[in-house]
Amino acid sequence: MSRFSRSILALALAGATSVGFAFDHYKGIGRQATPAEVGAWDIDVRPDFKGLPKGSGTVDRGQEVFEEKCASCHGTFGESNEVFTPLIGGTTKDDIKTGNVKGLSSGDLPQRTTFTKVATISTIFDYIQRAMPWTAPKSMKPDDTYAVLAYMLNLAEIVPADFTLSDKNIAEVQKLMPNRNGMTTDHGMWPGASAAKGGMGNGGKPDVKNTACMKNCKTEVRIGSVLPDYARDAHGNLFDQNRSFGPVRGIKTGGAAAAATASADSGPLDLANRSGCMACHGVNNKIVGPGYNEVQARYKDQPDAAARLALKVKNGGQGVWGSVPMPPNGEMKEADINTLVAWILSGAR
Amino acid sequence: MNQGEIVSMVDIVKQPGRLRRAPENFLSEAEIKAVGEGRRDFLRRSFLTAAGAAMTAPLLARASEGDVNILQNPEWTTTLGQPVAVRPYGLPSKHESQLVRRESPGLTRVGAASVSFAPLQGMFGIITPSGLHFERHHQGWYDIDPARHRLMINGSEPAFVKKAKVYNMDELMRLPSVSRIHFIECGANTGLEWGNVAVPTVQYTHGMLSCSEFTGVPLNLLLDDCGVDYRKARFVLAEGADGSSMTRTIPMEMVESGEVLVAYGQNGEMLRPENGYPLRLVVPGVQGVSWVKWLRRIEVGDKPYATKDEAVHYIDLLPNGQHRQYTSVQECKSVITTPSGGQALLDRGFYNVSGLAWSGRGRIKQVDVSFDGGINWQAARIEGPVQNKALTRFNVGWVWDGKPAILQSRAIDDTAYVQPTYGQLRLVRGTKSIYHNNAIQSWKVDENGEVSNVQVL
Repeated sequence: MSRFSRSILALALAGATSVGFAFDHYKGIGRQATPAEVGAWDIDVRPDFKGLPKGSGTVDRGQEVFEEKCASCHGTFGESNEVFTPLIGGTTKDDIKTGNVKGLSSGDLPQRTTFTKVATISTIFDYIQRAMPWTAPKSMKPDDTYAVLAYMLNLAEIVPADFTLSDKNIAEVQKLMPNRNGMTTDHGMWPGASAAKGGMGNGGKPDVKNTACMKNCKTEVRIGSVLPDYARDAHGNLFDQNRSFGPVRGIKTGGAAAAATASADSGPLDLANRSGCMACHGVNNKIVGPGYNEVQARYKDQPDAAARLALKVKNGGQGVWGSVPMPPNGEMKEADINTLVAWILSGAR
Repeated sequence: MNQGEIVSMVDIVKQPGRLRRAPENFLSEAEIKAVGEGRRDFLRRSFLTAAGAAMTAPLLARASEGDVNILQNPEWTTTLGQPVAVRPYGLPSKHESQLVRRESPGLTRVGAASVSFAPLQGMFGIITPSGLHFERHHQGWYDIDPARHRLMINGSEPAFVKKAKVYNMDELMRLPSVSRIHFIECGANTGLEWGNVAVPTVQYTHGMLSCSEFTGVPLNLLLDDCGVDYRKARFVLAEGADGSSMTRTIPMEMVESGEVLVAYGQNGEMLRPENGYPLRLVVPGVQGVSWVKWLRRIEVGDKPYATKDEAVHYIDLLPNGQHRQYTSVQECKSVITTPSGGQALLDRGFYNVSGLAWSGRGRIKQVDVSFDGGINWQAARIEGPVQNKALTRFNVGWVWDGKPAILQSRAIDDTAYVQPTYGQLRLVRGTKSIYHNNAIQSWKVDENGEVSNVQVL
């Protein structure tokens, strides 16, 4: 073998090991996705409306669907701050004209709602279709998604009450989104190519600069903020959040309330937490579903309450407390369900 | 709180948790009570199990000769221990129950869309034990059946891939894998502190931070296998299999570099369900929300997607009312974990001050520590080897003289970026940004040894 061909071979080998990756290189690994499979999962909708399904929905229909599926968390008018931050509010007619929500810079906004932030209507459509309602994601048909979005747009005074939103006119509505001009990608925190090279931002240039001064860097230490007393006690007893040996100890904080929480940390409450119940039910408050205090009040005098509630926990239910369904909990042990039900009926103490 | 209050050394000695030196303290309170009541039989009983013949003298007398934990062998030295596999999956010591993931009360109202913080105040080195890894779920977590899990790769245009493909776990785990150590930090870590001090300990200020060894397949290997048209498809959408089917846009440049992984392994075992079992994306240096858990689909496209978590949340509000969108990189940051807020030093004297540094842009080059609120700094010792986009542990010796002090750490990465102060950060970004707060953290040590969270401008 000549010196020349040996070096060619070496190059080829180096190429084979360093490249390695190639189309259909790994025999027997993976298979072609069927069109139906791609259709089932590829539901994303982009700002240019690529991926948007055909369909339409009226504000009126949207109100019906919203009241049935959305209002228990978001409030009838998308204003509720109980479970999630409000969807609607904080935008003005003027914002719809300018495309910049003025409250974001003026400081007049007590809280940013979804519509004060979002620039792209596709985002809301995509998210409702993908993840709503909370306990039954991906259960909404395109027409109802259009309808719910039409209702929200009407609440935000972007479209009139007789409006029908559809795949045909959604691009026009985009031009009315109150914060449509409110986003910038002119920053250094996009980890890809810069805008100049077809990507976004300035190519990674940081916006804040410090220097590595080592000696006599300033003449005074200005303390801007210290921990408020209420915040010191708001996270339970810090003594119990640190090791009982080693160079330091946790400071005793939180008082009686923290001790009570700590002692309740096992038993039925812990079981309810572990079983995911507390995501929707509070002990003394409604979250998505009723509070345990409300359940107890309703059922306490019914002789067959324990059995009926156990069945509801196991198989789920809907209608007693509103239209948001309670999902079935088939994986929970019978004994655990009975423990929880007994605890709830005894006042969840 | 007694900030600034001067406490005498006498008071300090009475504080709980202080080192106990007096011989009588070698006995528990119950034992002292028993002796006080004239009952000594408990001593005799305990001696029956003790090995040494020397253990005949009354304990109180012997205590003056030294530490009873040495003079009298404890039961673990003098009796038979437990056999193997009593706990087939090992657990931490029962004495470690304090160090667990915790929620910050009032931060969220729904547990399925919430956060639990890692207990950084008691952790060592750089690896986060998988059971202590911070959690952030958007619509609850599931323990997915790996036999039914699939990963699909397709294009926003069919022409962007030669073949849209589906892989199951059997197939993904047959492919060439890599194992790399990387940090993951939520973009909202330290977000509660943008405007002012709000939470007491490092668990809540910085605990949306973890670091693991991840094992998986480089995503570009899979994209190559599908025949992706890299000239046209410059953006990647990752999507989860949970109810939220969370989606985020990732630049193709990162994927092409080979650092983005489709991971199934975490610290030598499979991912934990809370961390995306059986499959998650690893996007080194980028905020945690992009590390899509329960990964079920990758779409390659020619435009970014403006998904809910990059158009409603995870956008950074600036003072002029504009939001920065697609902010992804976690810039260089550090924090002292020991001692830290909510802790008390036991006594004057020597301490090993220890903390963590990390950068989403590369490796940590240097960490400086100040004990006087940032007037003077000294270089800390960095525990190597320093890894790319991974937590880096630093240590520095300190003798506490009992006087008030303000401890700070300042990290510098290999791009020469220096971690900023609160004053510098707020000058540009204001106080309502929520995300990407990488300011220098300050811990104030009072004369009574208590450490508290303060902000130095």
